[in-house]
Amino acid sequence: MTPAEPTEPPSNATLTPAARRRNRITAVIFLVVVWMLLWGTLSWANLISGLVVAAVLLAVFPLPPVTFAGRIHPLGTARFLLRFLSDLVVASIQIAWMALRPGHVPHSAIIAVRLRVNTDLNLTLAAEALSLVPGSLILEADRTTGTLFIHVINVDSLDEVEKFRRGVLELEERIVAAIGSPEEQRRVRERPPPPLDLEGAAA
Amino acid sequence: MSLDAVLDIVAAVCLISGALLSLAAGMALVRFPDLLARMHAAAKPQVLGLLLVLLGCGLRLRTGVDITTLVLIGVFQLATAPVAAHMVGRAAYPHDDIRTDLLLTDELAPHLDRLSAATTTPTPTP
Repeated sequence: MTPAEPTEPPSNATLTPAARRRNRITAVIFLVVVWMLLWGTLSWANLISGLVVAAVLLAVFPLPPVTFAGRIHPLGTARFLLRFLSDLVVASIQIAWMALRPGHVPHSAIIAVRLRVNTDLNLTLAAEALSLVPGSLILEADRTTGTLFIHVINVDSLDEVEKFRRGVLELEERIVAAIGSPEEQRRVRERPPPPLDLEGAAA
Repeated sequence: MSLDAVLDIVAAVCLISGALLSLAAGMALVRFPDLLARMHAAAKPQVLGLLLVLLGCGLRLRTGVDITTLVLIGVFQLATAPVAAHMVGRAAYPHDDIRTDLLLTDELAPHLDRLSAATTTPTPTP
């Protein structure tokens, strides 16, 4: 077994002070919003106490650095969310039907899919979305190569496994279209065919 | 028919379908062949079922304080259910609970040693 070499230098190593400040501000805004939603009312007292709680939380539990080079594309985000919701409904009905169907033992497979954009944020989002859409569950993620190991349920042939692998890469494309930087989008466009280089390693 | 009545009917539909999905998820937990397949049931129909129940509750209660809490429950469920399923699946993976005879292919096995070494401190293997 030869470990696959990283496709790019690990981009999570260092952050500029500006990026770190932006991360911290994002975290504070998110925490304050959660705090306000918990109280359920919009008031100055809630806002100020929320800011205090957020500041204490971030001081006591510092977040790991997240690199976010892109920006949010509204159209891509809307497309991703719509597709995600419909996938969630389809997945739920599919699993529910498999549960009710008598005398059927579903076959499954464990596949490795190497994502083209190897950042923590992309890996996390892809893993979260994959777990909720039809037939997939994340078993393991490899940060050094950006590889997700996915358990696929209800596949009956290796052809269907390959179709699923392509589906994962399409999901990554939608995520990058939603929040990726121009550089990441270019990398996804440059390598459209599903990379099957891990096939040899698995055999 | 008043708006309230319409909202109540929509809420009822959401509550019932959410409950049925959760029931299906429960049945899947009992009927599926191995642990990984069962985690699929825990991650998908259960999440959508809960979201529908929350939506039904929100439509029925219609007050700001309740709805914000329901939104939070939904968001955290979406964020944590995949993590929980992943942790359980990963903990069980190399052991006997997985029906390998039902697996068409297993591309994780060749990488397992390297990944375990990278993510955990080396432990003596029995």
